Amino acid sequence: MISQFIFVLMLGLGISLFARRIAFVRRNINMGRNIDLSDRKSERWKTMALVALGQSKMVARPVAGILHIFVYVGFVIINLEMLEIVIDGILGTHRIFSFLGPVYDLLIGAFEFLALGVLVACAIFLIRRNVIGLARFKSKEMGGWPSLDANIILVAEILLMFAFLSMNATDAIAMERGLDHYSVAGSFPISQYLTPLYVGLSDVGLVFAERGFWWFHIAGVLSFLVYVPYSKHFHILLAFPNTYYSNLDVSAKMNNMASVKKEVDLMMDPTADPYATPAPLPEGQVEDPPCFGVKDGADLSWKQIMESYSCTECGRCTSVCPASNTGKELSPRKIMMDCRDRMDEIGENRDANSGEFKEDGKKLLGDYISEEELWACTSCQACVDACPININPMGIILDMRRSLIMEDSKSPEPITTMFNNIENNGAPWAFPAASRGDWIKDA
Amino acid sequence: MNTFKVPTMAEMTAEGKAPDVLFWVGCAGSFDDRAKSITKAIARILHHTEISFAVLGAEESCTGDPAKRAGNEFLFQMQAAANISVLNGYGIKKIVTGCPHCFNIMKNEYPELGGKYEVMHHSQFIATLIADGKLTLADDHPFKGKRITFHDPCYLGRGNGEYDAPRSVIEALDAELVEMKRCKSKGLCCGAGGAQMFKEAEKGNKEINDERTEDVLETKASVVATGCPFCNTMMTDGVKSAEKSNTIDVKDIAEMIAQAANILPE
Repeated sequence: MISQFIFVLMLGLGISLFARRIAFVRRNINMGRNIDLSDRKSERWKTMALVALGQSKMVARPVAGILHIFVYVGFVIINLEMLEIVIDGILGTHRIFSFLGPVYDLLIGAFEFLALGVLVACAIFLIRRNVIGLARFKSKEMGGWPSLDANIILVAEILLMFAFLSMNATDAIAMERGLDHYSVAGSFPISQYLTPLYVGLSDVGLVFAERGFWWFHIAGVLSFLVYVPYSKHFHILLAFPNTYYSNLDVSAKMNNMASVKKEVDLMMDPTADPYATPAPLPEGQVEDPPCFGVKDGADLSWKQIMESYSCTECGRCTSVCPASNTGKELSPRKIMMDCRDRMDEIGENRDANSGEFKEDGKKLLGDYISEEELWACTSCQACVDACPININPMGIILDMRRSLIMEDSKSPEPITTMFNNIENNGAPWAFPAASRGDWIKDA
Repeated sequence: MNTFKVPTMAEMTAEGKAPDVLFWVGCAGSFDDRAKSITKAIARILHHTEISFAVLGAEESCTGDPAKRAGNEFLFQMQAAANISVLNGYGIKKIVTGCPHCFNIMKNEYPELGGKYEVMHHSQFIATLIADGKLTLADDHPFKGKRITFHDPCYLGRGNGEYDAPRSVIEALDAELVEMKRCKSKGLCCGAGGAQMFKEAEKGNKEINDERTEDVLETKASVVATGCPFCNTMMTDGVKSAEKSNTIDVKDIAEMIAQAANILPE
């Protein structure tokens, strides 16, 4: 009875801590600029099914892609077993679904294979990160916490899977010995090989070990639940909304700013009265202070903020970026991490100041992301193409350039010259506009 | 080959005629000496295949792409508004351009601003000309059997999903098309996009076009085919700095086709 009580308490604590963090991130996402992505619903569901559920972009790199599918499928399906663990925990039963008979045996057997798959994949992932040391896991922005975060997750998954298999192994021995409470159920194709580890235990020791693994497994899973939204591992949930709200246009298309269009339309309209009083806003609505592009976290769109929380720091973007590849400061992955870290900071600032942001003298542009990084981008969209969950780091880079130019008039000198040339003679170079057709003469 | 006069929209309109196709030349194609020869090749192909076409000449202006990608939305939209009023004024329906940046911006970003046209990249247009049998190539043209690799322009390939048209044009040359290890959606940028063409690169340990040239060298191709005047400049420079200018040619697919069809002036 007391163990059931502790179980329910743990479950409640885990879920409420998880919910609190979700509310924090959700509020941060909602701080972003409003954009309307409510269109093309069926196309959006399809994209989500293909890219998130179907992992279609993961397999572009077959080794990591296939191993990831092992972990992903294992993670999703083994969680079915969690349902039984939760019910057993609350009711104090033993394998409550065992009435399913042969179906149950099949399920438990399948879970064991999946658990082995997860275990092996995570071990290989650890080796890739720490022994082989793939270049994309070693860049500057991966020092400290990001690398530790990745290793914590991998080790935790290995421990959880080991506990799951050991739980089954000790359970099977207990069933064989006909111990009280251990009704016979399930099949154990993988954990049978772990039984030699535990077969020497006394009956009491065995029950202790079985309960220990059971508790370790459930406590581990609950801790994991709380940890995930603080970690890059949040992608396991956010990948779904993030791909649902994917950019559905071709990647070369850059949005036209509506606020600028309004100004240009006025300029081009000979009948427009520049001194006309603007139409009054609807009751209760306050006009946003006009601000072009992205200078700080809250200038990002809610989708861009969602992307920053969805990023799992795999670095596929950075590994294909022509600027990153030739030693420039820019790393698209760092752009995403910076946006997330700044949003965390803004969110915590608000929470500490009863909901109001207290000026902290910092900006995303300048304190996190430098102008040098922004100007290194060739807008080639390789990062956009490479992201397994359709994040668009380039969009943020270009939006920050808009802030640099249209808010601060800050551009490298040759860029200023290029602007002047276009303005004066309709070409980025200083050739007279009238000579544009000169090539015709010798065609 | 005899000379001919490329008609402008103004001249055609004065004669009360309207062409089927507007050839949008672009800034590089109008002013850059190397790119001008691509422009002339495209014009010759259009003339040779008896396409009714015209150019805007001095009435054309920058689409605003480099301004927009460098963050200057105002300048971009001013350019777009001016160009759209010229294009709509002439009632243009169909545009062919030799520049993937012009192609992308007019195809994808002009429509919302009031400029709705059918826009084709020259590789797409040439591919249809070949498919329709309007272009016949000489029996002994210089590209036959040559090892040729195609460098995908970001704004044509990855950005707009067009990988096949330029390759079908190369295949029509009866050449050996070899792919670089990074090609199609994985193609490496030449380094010129996003307004990089107009400034020095940021500090790093290598130039992007040199990195790309290494991909070219690996293929042992003797011709790098391009479909963008900026890629052409970057790849020409890359091949030069690798000291391979003697053995590797950098050519636009329009130049190759015009040469193979014997329609360039001597």
